[in-house]
Order: sequence, then structure tokens, then C-alpha cells
Amino acid sequence: MSSPSNENVLRRRTKAKFDLPQFFETYGMLIVLVVLIFACSMISPVFLRPGNLFNITRQVAVIGIISVGMTLVIITRGIDLSVGSVYAFATLMMAGMKVGAVPNALFAVLLSMVWGLIAGLLITKGKIQPFIATLGLMTAIVGIGLTISGGEPFLGTPKGLQFIGQGTLFGLIPFQAVLFAVIAIAGHLMLTCTKFGRYIYAVGGNEEGSRLSGIRVDTVKIVTYVICAGLAGFAGVITANHMNFGEANIGSGMELDAIAAVAVGGTSLGGGTGGVAGTVVGVLIIGVLNNLLNLVDMPGYTQKVVKGAIIIAAVLLQSMQANKKK
Amino acid sequence: MEGAADMESRNILEMTGIFKSFSGVRALNGASIVCSYGEVHALLGENGAGKSTLMKILSAAYQPDRGEIKYKGQTLTHQDPIAIRKAGIGIIYQEFNLVPELTVAENIFLGRELAWGGFIDKKTMNQMAADIFEKLGVNIDVNIQAKRLSVAEQQMVEIAKALSFNADLIVMDEPTATLTTHEIDFLFKTIRRLKDEGKTFIYISHRLEEIFAICDRVTVLKDGALVGSRNIGEIDKDGLINMMVGRTLSDYYPPRDGKKGQKVLEVLGLTRKGAFQDISFDAYSGEILGFFGLIGAGRTEVVRAIFGAEPAESGKVSINGQPVVINNPVDAIGHEIGFATEDRKQQGLVLSLSVKKNISLPILGNLIKFGFLQLKKEIQVANSFVQRLHIAIRNLDVNVGYLSGGNQQKVVLAKWLARDCNILILDEPTRGIDVGAKAEIYLLMRDLAKQGKTIIMISSELLEVIGVSDRIIVMNQGAIVAEMPAIGATEENIMHYAIGGGE
Repeated sequence: MSSPSNENVLRRRTKAKFDLPQFFETYGMLIVLVVLIFACSMISPVFLRPGNLFNITRQVAVIGIISVGMTLVIITRGIDLSVGSVYAFATLMMAGMKVGAVPNALFAVLLSMVWGLIAGLLITKGKIQPFIATLGLMTAIVGIGLTISGGEPFLGTPKGLQFIGQGTLFGLIPFQAVLFAVIAIAGHLMLTCTKFGRYIYAVGGNEEGSRLSGIRVDTVKIVTYVICAGLAGFAGVITANHMNFGEANIGSGMELDAIAAVAVGGTSLGGGTGGVAGTVVGVLIIGVLNNLLNLVDMPGYTQKVVKGAIIIAAVLLQSMQANKKK
Repeated sequence: MEGAADMESRNILEMTGIFKSFSGVRALNGASIVCSYGEVHALLGENGAGKSTLMKILSAAYQPDRGEIKYKGQTLTHQDPIAIRKAGIGIIYQEFNLVPELTVAENIFLGRELAWGGFIDKKTMNQMAADIFEKLGVNIDVNIQAKRLSVAEQQMVEIAKALSFNADLIVMDEPTATLTTHEIDFLFKTIRRLKDEGKTFIYISHRLEEIFAICDRVTVLKDGALVGSRNIGEIDKDGLINMMVGRTLSDYYPPRDGKKGQKVLEVLGLTRKGAFQDISFDAYSGEILGFFGLIGAGRTEVVRAIFGAEPAESGKVSINGQPVVINNPVDAIGHEIGFATEDRKQQGLVLSLSVKKNISLPILGNLIKFGFLQLKKEIQVANSFVQRLHIAIRNLDVNVGYLSGGNQQKVVLAKWLARDCNILILDEPTRGIDVGAKAEIYLLMRDLAKQGKTIIMISSELLEVIGVSDRIIVMNQGAIVAEMPAIGATEENIMHYAIGGGE
């Protein structure tokens, strides 16, 4: 056991055996998604029509973009409850300012990143637990938004960027979905193929160990919160251009939807594991489910019960697999 | 047949021909251990030899694939750990299972509280717990919270807990790993007292001296199989090491080459109040500088300060003659200092990441091209260190959390070797790892010194400090009290300074 020869190590590596439990652990949620899609196509004849499918991708794009940022934060073993507020505040900036579409959008995203910076500083320098720091910010940002807007929505987003909310590519693919795809791929590449991405995992897996390995832990965390808030702000810009208004409370509850998507996607709230690919699957599972429940005309209240049960079931499945491995 | 029955009746435990595989990897390959009533029985073997797995099978945490377990002459078929405890087998793991917020008595009776109609009968529980401690000859207040106890006291609580189940067979896994010399003496006294009452112990340890001090008989495992059992009087240290690894003590410490280069590190008057004061020493290229001291002497604090993990309040550090300011680990690594911490799991490794990703963590900056990590190059680098250090893994993507202590330590070393540090600080580099891996790590340290690196090693094992170092610094109560060449140093001499004996 202590030191097999090098050939031994190499030989065993080439002889990678198919491992069913491992396969389920890696692709379990993807299988769930495929089964769900199959079931949907049986239940509703409308489901598989391209129009409906692209509709789903548009519906999930905004929460998907927010969930990508949330994934990064959760891997560092943090959490960001303020994304819904940051998102809503960005819709206000996009719709409410009288400067012009592009400057509005830029300002909205930059300001969102400032919110993220504040969260990051509170957590790292102020040593406040992420849950509490971002809970406070969540409330405060909504409050500022309500103060600025007087509690009323800002109607009529300045013209110029409508296509990012309403447009399609080739007259078919919603532009929102394209943006989600690009951001998800960028996030995935960043996590798997860059130094910063690796540091995110290291910090979430062992903060003190990372510090003693020469990683600037605080910087990694702060940048992660800035990215997360920036993406939430960008999602707000999309929505303001899609709906043609901005509103201070529009993001209420979105932080929980994002956390649910991340958890269903297999990223543990314990930090150090998971990834954007899983989150995309998680977002799609929840999106497809929403779509199905609407297609079969399930009443809204019952929908909530079903959604909640499915989220718990998905995470339970993962935790059972993790336990079996022990 | 009569004779055989007689033989059996003298044995409290017979585990024979135990097999156990985990997802295709064979952990036990016909392992056996036979203990007679009233003995202290050492279970010995390299890491990965199967000691822990065998004991986990005894505790019913795992079920064996094959094999027979007889306890007090009866075949043991219990499927759950609680039944095993009730049968009289108490197992005390390396990591204790006490609830820090509960009192000593509450811990002892956890899960089987004495109660009257739902109300806990604290008084009786406290009295019963106090009785056990009195029998043990230990003075512990049963009313204080477990978190306020020292490690040694917590261990006594674990023993008391086992006794409260009327345990006749007590398994102790590495019980002395974190104890001071004085505490070890007390533990041994307690074990002997219980042995005189007829209790049987299985004692797992890597410290051979202890086995000779306390055990009556020893069973050695290797690669999951039985090598043999001996009475302790029939074998010496060399013989034991030979059984474990097929190697003797003389090959154990690599030869020194005696070449000392120029001064690399100069520390002058380093002080942090309450931790260490006025620490001054030099370290040279090509040497291994050993730091010895009892637990709490301040050795770890000094090196953590040099590495910037917790900076000192005053004092100067120079590297290659240039004064340097080190406020955090990033600065230290910039000055080519590496630090393999004492606590691998908490501070040295990211257990949720793979071997590859742990090794490359300090050198990711060198693996970047156009902003992206060169994943193939990363594999090459990691692979080269895995081979060089003989890290036994199935592939590079195994999480380090699954490796044995020795292999984990090698991954920590690989990390800093990959970084190519000039000054390498190793805090307890061989703690909790087996003889074979120890010898490999010593050899590696000597090789690095030969290449001109400066190695600073903290160790609590006297023989290791003497055998591995070129020069030894002894600390006591936060101060350096002696410095001597390792050749000619004796255990008595070093210990004399370490306990504050002065000139």
C-alpha cells in the first residue's frame, strides 16, 4: 500500500473503470432534467414545441444569470442574500434615470458592483457573517430604492437597449437566453480554467489553509461578491429593458430562487465544491417545472408546494448519494 | 479438543482471517489479532496497513466481508456500535467524541441519561460519574463543561465513559499523539491500574518507545494481513521495525553530509508578548536546523511569526543579508519561504480538492498562459512530484481527504517543493505517520539540504531531532535556552534544557 511503483500508478490510471455511483453523482441532476423533460413531453403536447422551449430559456435567463454569481459566492462558503435587492435597484437605475440607455445600463451595473464591494468589505474586513451582512444590505438597498422611487415603479425605460430584454437571435432564440449562455460559459471557464477560479474553491474548502498557501483570501472573497452583485445588476438591466419599467421590490424572493437553483445543481452550502454547470442544470430543472405546472394549469398556490417538494427531493437525493459514499 | 477449548478460554478476543474491501480496494486481507485477558496488546503497522479498519470492524462501524470474531468465546455478530459498547468493548478514537458544551457527567451518560419521568436525575449521574473517576484515581470535576478540559483530561473522560459501560476490552487509537510527557506517564499509570483489575487493552501507536513501555504483546499488520504476534520481551525495536517495513533502524536516518553553506536566514530579537521573547538565531543553506521543546514552548509561534501567519511585535528578520518585512504569508512566499504546518487537515491542505489541485495551489501563477491555467502542464507538474515523493494514489484527481496521514504529509511537502522555496519550515513533519513514510520524508529533507536549501524542522520526538538535524535549538517558555550540534547531543542533555534545567 505504502508505495506502489510508478508503473503501477500509471497503469491504474489508464484502466479507468466505469463507476455507476460516481456516474450518478456527476450526472444525477442532468438525468433528472432529462427525465423531467421526457415526462413533460408526455404530459403536455405543447411542451416540446420550439416556441415553448425558447420561452423557457427566456424565463430562466434572468434568474440563471443571478444564480451563476450566487454559485461563486456559495463555493467560497459564503452566501449573498442581497442579490434580489441589487437586481431591483438596477431596474430602477436603468428605467428611472434620464441620461440614456447605455449610460444608464453602465451606471446600474457599476453601482451594483459597489453594493458587492460593500458586502465583501463587511464580510472580510468587518468580519460579519455573510448571511447577516447581506441580509442587512438586502433590506437597506430596497429601502433606498423605495425612498428614491417614492414606492412607485419607474415606467418607460429609455430606448436603445430593448433588444437585450426583448430581442431574439435569428428571430428565434431570445437574446436574454444568449446572454445567460455566454455568462454561464464564462463563469464555468473561470472556475475551471483560471487561477482565480481555483482560488475560489480553495478558499471555500479551507480558508486558513489557503491563506497559509499564499492566497489573498480577502481579495478573493471581495472580488467574488463584486462579480455576484454585478451579475445581479446586469440581470436587472435586462429586466428593465424587457418589462419597460423598474421597481424597488421587483427582486423580492429572487435570492432564494437563486440559492435553490444552486443547491439543486449540486453546489454544497458547505463550500469548496460544485460549479456553474450544475447550477445551469438546477436553473433548467426549476424552469421546466414552472413551465409544466403552468401548462397543466395548476393553481399558483399548489405550484409553490410542488416546487418546494421537488427542491427538497433533489437535494435529498444528493445528500443520500454523498452519505452512501462514506 | 479439550486443550483447544482451554486455549480459547484464555482469550478475550479472537479476530481471525478478516477480509474487507472498499469499492474494489482491499483494505484487509486476512488480518488477525488474538488478545488474552488482562493484557495490553499493541497493534502496529504502517499507515494503510489496516489497523483502523480492523478496529472499525470490531466496533461494528464496518461489517467484514469474511472472517470470524469471537469475544469471550462467543461469536460476535452485532451489527451496530451501541450493541458492541453494551457487550463491553469500548473504543476510544483519536478524535474524541465529547460534546463540548455538556458537562463531564452529561457526556459520560449521553444517550442513556438517568431520568425520572422525563426529568434528568443529575444528582445520581454526577455521583456515578464521580465514582468512576475516583476508581480511576483521577481528579476531574464532573460538573464542568467538556470544552474546559485539557486534551489529557478529555481522554480520561473517554476512558471513564468506556468504563461506565463496564467495558472489559478497551481500544485506544494513538492515545498519546497530543499529550505531554507528564500526561503520558499518567495515562500509563491509569492503564496499568485497570490492567491489574483484569481489563484488556488494544493499544495503537506509532511510537515504538511507548509500546515497549506499556505493552505485553504486539501484533503487526502489513498490507491488511497479519505479519505476526510476539511477546514484547522477545523482540526489540529493530525487530519490530523490521516486521513492519522490512528495514532496520540503521537505514532510518539518512547520513549527514556535513556541508554548511552561507547564512541564509538571520532572526534577531523576535518578540511577541505572551508567546515568545527575544528569539535570535541563524540558519544556513544546506543544513537541517531542529527545534525541540515541550508542547507550549513557543516553537510553532516563532515559525508562524517568521512566515507572517501571525506577525511578531518586534524584532528583525534578514534573508541573505537583506533585512525583510514579512507581514503575511504572501510576503513570506515572495521571499521563498515555505511552511508545512503541524496541522495538515486544518491548515496544510484543502481536503475538498484533489491531490493535483493541492500541489499546484502555491504555483498557479506559474501555470498561466493568456489568463488560463495550462491544465496539462499542471498534471505534468503534479505527476512529477507524486512520483518523486512516492505518493500512493490511484490517480491525481483523488481528494486529499481520502489519503492516509503519510500520503497527506507528502502532498503538503510536494506543494512547497513545487514552489521551489529556499527556506522550508516543517512543523512536526512526521506526526501521526508510519515508519516507512517517515524514513522517506527524512531522506527527502536531507536531499533538499544537499541541494542547498535551508530546512527548519520542529519536532517533539527527541530521537528524530537528534537523528535528522545538523544543529538543534531548544526552547523553553518562549525563549531559546540552548543551541548545540546534533552530533554528540543526547536525549538527556536536550531534555534537561527543554524542561528549563538551565546551564
